[in-house]
Amino acid sequence: MEKSLNWREFVITRAIKASGYSAIVFVLLIFVFLMREGLPALGEVEAGNLLSIRWYPIEEMFGILPLITGSIIVTIGAALIAVPFGIGTAVFISEIAPRWVREILKPLVELLGGLPSVVLGFLGILVLSPFLRVFLDLPTGLTAFTGSLLLGGIAVPTVVSVAEDALDAVPRAYREGAWALGATRWQTIWRVTLPAARSGVLTAVMLGIGRAIGETMTVMMVTGNAPVLALKLGSLFSPVRTMTATIAAEMGEVANGSTHYHVLFFIGIVLFLISLGVNIAASSVVFRAKKRAERILS
Amino acid sequence: MMKPTFSLNRHLVQRLGFAGLTVMAFLTVLPIVAVVVYIVVQGAPAISWEFLSGFPRGGMREGGILPAIIGTLYLTIGTAIFSVPLGIAAAIYLSEYAADTPLTRTIRIAIINLAGIPSVVYGLFGLGLFVLFLRFGTSILAASLTLSIMTLPVIISTAEEALRSVPQAFRTVSISLGATRWQTIRRIVLKEALPGIITGVILGLERAAGETAPILFTGAAFFLPRLPGSPFDATMALPYHLFVISTQVPEMPIQIQYGTALVLLVFVLTMNVIATFIRSRARAKRQW
Amino acid sequence: MNKIVIENLSLQYSDGTESLRNVSMEIPANAITVLFGPAGGGKSTLLRCLNRLNDLADVEVVDGKVIIDGENILDPKTDVIALRRKVGMVFARPVVLPMSIRANLTYGLELAGEKRRSKLDEAVERSLKLAAIWDEVKDRLDDPAIALSGGQQQRLCLARALALQPEIILLDEPTSGLDPLSTGKVEAALQELKKDYTIILVPHSVQQAGRTADYAAFFLQGELVEYGEGSVIFTAPKDKRTEDYITGRFG
Repeated sequence: MEKSLNWREFVITRAIKASGYSAIVFVLLIFVFLMREGLPALGEVEAGNLLSIRWYPIEEMFGILPLITGSIIVTIGAALIAVPFGIGTAVFISEIAPRWVREILKPLVELLGGLPSVVLGFLGILVLSPFLRVFLDLPTGLTAFTGSLLLGGIAVPTVVSVAEDALDAVPRAYREGAWALGATRWQTIWRVTLPAARSGVLTAVMLGIGRAIGETMTVMMVTGNAPVLALKLGSLFSPVRTMTATIAAEMGEVANGSTHYHVLFFIGIVLFLISLGVNIAASSVVFRAKKRAERILS
Repeated sequence: MMKPTFSLNRHLVQRLGFAGLTVMAFLTVLPIVAVVVYIVVQGAPAISWEFLSGFPRGGMREGGILPAIIGTLYLTIGTAIFSVPLGIAAAIYLSEYAADTPLTRTIRIAIINLAGIPSVVYGLFGLGLFVLFLRFGTSILAASLTLSIMTLPVIISTAEEALRSVPQAFRTVSISLGATRWQTIRRIVLKEALPGIITGVILGLERAAGETAPILFTGAAFFLPRLPGSPFDATMALPYHLFVISTQVPEMPIQIQYGTALVLLVFVLTMNVIATFIRSRARAKRQW
Repeated sequence: MNKIVIENLSLQYSDGTESLRNVSMEIPANAITVLFGPAGGGKSTLLRCLNRLNDLADVEVVDGKVIIDGENILDPKTDVIALRRKVGMVFARPVVLPMSIRANLTYGLELAGEKRRSKLDEAVERSLKLAAIWDEVKDRLDDPAIALSGGQQQRLCLARALALQPEIILLDEPTSGLDPLSTGKVEAALQELKKDYTIILVPHSVQQAGRTADYAAFFLQGELVEYGEGSVIFTAPKDKRTEDYITGRFG
């Protein structure tokens, strides 16, 4: 009996350890397969073409700059909404709201995180964009701005939950110390609590932005899908097209192994590298480790 | 001494500030409630037994959405089959076995990165690896595997959190009573962390159920006149179906669109509510 | 009869916090041996060497021998599971497992493969009686253990260790969180138990050390300063440092 127990324990332990490494394996696999399908694009398309401002695959024009600027402008718009509202809501939940309000708000924000993006895109088409067209007197309601509004909503839960974690991790003694010195709760929030949690709040902002850059369905449905270079502020109110939307919209129609196919994978590599950069930067912030240490001590 | 006017100003600032933040939080939450209510109101008239149990007819402009409902169910179950055991095992490794080594830190960075990769890039990866390289074709299997890998980081990090919240003392006591490490995990740690793990699993699967981009080129079918017969068949799915009927099909009756959105919402929100319920009940019942 | 022989035991944690330096001592059976001294002196570390619980901690170096019944248990080939069944332990804070009173007691036995209900029931009653808590809990064995008071929980923990019928019992400040009445009950139970067991106790105060010790060892910063019969150590210590500690000049 002892023997079989040991053997079982050995097998289970091995299986658990192997599973532990799976995340690394998957990241590598994703990287390898994107490279495998995307790098040929560099041989098939001249750099000048790839970096041009015309995306018109039918005529072999693969300029990805409009797609990149499209992604950037939509993301900036989304960040302008998600960052203040996300941090404001996080501060409200963690510092101001009475307990019962918190108990209602937190699940609701979490619920927003769980809403399928296709549902938001759907409402964007049917409700938000007609409204914006009339309200802002635009030729079409399907614009970068529409995308930014919805994307802001999608990024908010990420910002709220990470920022709230960071605020929660600030030791209560900091706040009590500030109150004891005669600071109001409002002053304490701005001069003590938020500065103490700044690295975590920064992480929240970065992860929120990462979420916005990567969002696909909503932007594909509401931003009008026009691959034009978006460099001016005014572009916010005209149709654009993001990198994610381009992949989603066109991959279904290309022949496997064609140049177009390889270029779409190449855009995937760009997106992968952006998210890698954002997340490595975000995860190098240390507040999580601190929180864990406190939990062990308590 | 503080002058009264000064103090009054400070408190006025505080009151204005608090009011401002309250409004902000309200504005953040209001659209969520509005979206849900709006879809329920608009979609409810479309819901009928025929809509839920029938096949699409007349170029999807009539009939029901059964194949999409069943397809999403299949995809969710398929995702669970792969991601739940793997995710929980990985969480156990990180929480119970891994020391703080460079390798462990690499694993953590990998998990954070998996969580941040855009869903459409998962779609590309699934196309490259499962559909083409492994020749699974556009299928439930390929789509489920793609969704599994996307869901994995959510399950791992919530499950690890749940495992870590089990007091260390339980482990020490169990070991001191002659338990092996695995016996301790199975009989004490997993048992106590179970509600938290289940909550994380449901939240992860909820995301998978609502995703469209990863299944676009790995398993989603535009239209299928029958139910998928094997894991190697493509399938309709609620989120993709909603995308299709709201953007690709001209003259689509608006009721069917809202009805489909409502069914998808109910599918996803039910999982959300169950997860929230399990978590709050477990917190109330917890003995430590 | 020496149950445990410790030879030149040295131990270092990887962060260098608490350690043992070259400790040698012999611990007799059927007596209460008390390890006392100021915090950080290595008492708990030594205790956790005796059932290899330090395997779980971040230990950098272990050197020397711990011989129990003629076998060096620090040998990597030692069956630590069997060792831990033979050497029971009670911790400073009463940690009841999140299950019923009965399940707490049968946990170790079931892991050891005991399935017979009669044997398990027998062990429950016997160990609860030994820990002097049987009368208080016999009617509610299936209640959650967490519902017990702190003092009852700690005696349950003692009973849980006894259920495995160990030969040696390690107690790490077992009464530090308890009221005097509960402390008295635990100490009384120990006096009964020493007839059949080898008991090693880290007390939470010098007074408790004096009350309970058949033998006493004074530890200071990882070193065994003085070791001998309790009656001698607490009345006529040889070492100046021991005397200073006992008379309350430091610690």
